[in-house]
Amino acid sequence: MYVEQISVFLENKAGRIADVTSILAKAGVNIRALSLADTSDFGVLRLIVDDHAKAERELKENNFTMGKTFVVAAEVEDKPGGLHKIMDLLGKEGLNVEYMYAFVRPHTNNAVMIFRFDKLDEAVQVLTDNNITIIEGEKLYSL
Amino acid sequence: MIFNIEYETMPREALEAIQVRRLQATLGRAYASVPFYRKSFEDAGVTPADIKSLDDLRRIPFTTKQDLRDNYPFNMFAVPMSNVVRIHASSGTTGQPTVVGYTLRDVDTWAELMARSLVAGGASNEDIIHNAYGYGLFTGGLGVHYGAEKLGASIIPVSGGNTKRQIVIMKDFGPTILTATPSYTLHLAEVATEMGVSFKDLKFKYGIFGAEPWSESMRTEIENKLDIVAVDIYGLSEVMGPGVAIECHEAKAGLHVFEDHFIPEIIDPETGEPLPYGESGELVFTSITKEAFPVIRYRTRDITSLNPEPCICGRTHVRMDRVSGRTDDMLIIRGVNVFPSQIESVLMQMDEVEPHYQLVVDRADSLDILTVMVEVNERLFSDEVRLLQNLERKISNDIKEYLGISAKVKLVEPKTIARSQGKAVRVIDNRKI
Repeated sequence: MYVEQISVFLENKAGRIADVTSILAKAGVNIRALSLADTSDFGVLRLIVDDHAKAERELKENNFTMGKTFVVAAEVEDKPGGLHKIMDLLGKEGLNVEYMYAFVRPHTNNAVMIFRFDKLDEAVQVLTDNNITIIEGEKLYSL
Repeated sequence: MIFNIEYETMPREALEAIQVRRLQATLGRAYASVPFYRKSFEDAGVTPADIKSLDDLRRIPFTTKQDLRDNYPFNMFAVPMSNVVRIHASSGTTGQPTVVGYTLRDVDTWAELMARSLVAGGASNEDIIHNAYGYGLFTGGLGVHYGAEKLGASIIPVSGGNTKRQIVIMKDFGPTILTATPSYTLHLAEVATEMGVSFKDLKFKYGIFGAEPWSESMRTEIENKLDIVAVDIYGLSEVMGPGVAIECHEAKAGLHVFEDHFIPEIIDPETGEPLPYGESGELVFTSITKEAFPVIRYRTRDITSLNPEPCICGRTHVRMDRVSGRTDDMLIIRGVNVFPSQIESVLMQMDEVEPHYQLVVDRADSLDILTVMVEVNERLFSDEVRLLQNLERKISNDIKEYLGISAKVKLVEPKTIARSQGKAVRVIDNRKI
């Protein structure tokens, strides 16, 4: 039910994201979704890719500090109020979202929201109980 | 002016005779009452009775900062606690500062030496002294305070911080002598300017500055900005506190060491061999009148040289040159001693393995700024920015708590801290002093 996400620690300086994308490009790793969170000094790049093991190996070899976490990918109707339906549900259930990001799939009526919850199992339970479609990791990597 | 003409201008021969007598008494007491000294003498095969001249002093083993730490907190005390009237401590390794004690007579000796220092720096009993050294476990504030009272001057125990209020006090109370760290003094000058107060309109005549390294160019800057004569004072809590040595305002050329209370030596820091006058090496002190906390051949790690030339002020005590550096990598930041190992212990608590870190010291607006760069490894890393920022804050808070200094913590990528010959460069000091 969960999606594997890798995260990379980056100092806030020009060209650092390019260093990451260049390594992944050379390794033939495809980025499915990403988000970047930053402060004035550093940033955390979060990635969902088609081959996590390979991405992790290549980045580690290049001295990047990495982390691995599980996130949830939920289908959201690509229309006004689509996201609100989920957020409203999570709010009512008291589920805290650490962070979230979206990617839109062309040629479908749905967008995909990636959620990072601290209470992962509980969140998945609430979403499935309310008929929200959760996308399996394997499926997402190869979308 | 000289506070104690008899002792401060005593002919060398008479001074040395007093030194030998006081040294023998100190060695006898340390041997009898401090197990550490007894063992150290025995291991070296000497007894206090073997020391018959100042030259014999070299037969006695050194005492190091580590020895003081090993005897934390009170095992170096040579008198029962009932005779100790004051305890001070200097910052040390996490949770383990160096603790020093004073008997009533020690406090009185210290006050006398600080009174001598104030007079050498230009003060008299007519003066009002604005004392901006910190009061507390640090010896600076109370050291100057007791000396000023001994002298009969009027002391304002303003301590450090609350800078704007200090400027108001300077305007309203009209102090004539300033005692502070040199970096805080420059900060005071800047804040005064911001407040539209000119030091030239204040009544200051002299300033006595120490507790951190400073230079001739800083002296010139302070003298110009404050329109005063500035002198250097030296001291360390292990030996006593401020007032171990002082520059006279007449010559401003080296600090007179109060040799009727301390015997200074310069040694080669590698071999431990004593070096002659004029040669630069590590400064070593033996206290010869202290009761509660005698130190014998204590290695200060400060690099300087000694000059026995007669001085125009009339004092006969040798002068030590301005301290030019340290034999270890200790940093003095805003008057607080900081060892990289202390920062390391704080970081170890986060992460049980030795982290890669680097200390960068800058001086901005005449205040020392410490930045601690920490390489983020996988155990410290989180995909949540909030947690990483909490980590920075926690390290900074712990440094503040254990070391008493503010530091900015900056997380950096692995392998970004420069390593020379495989060894990380721990300290980058960008201060121009």
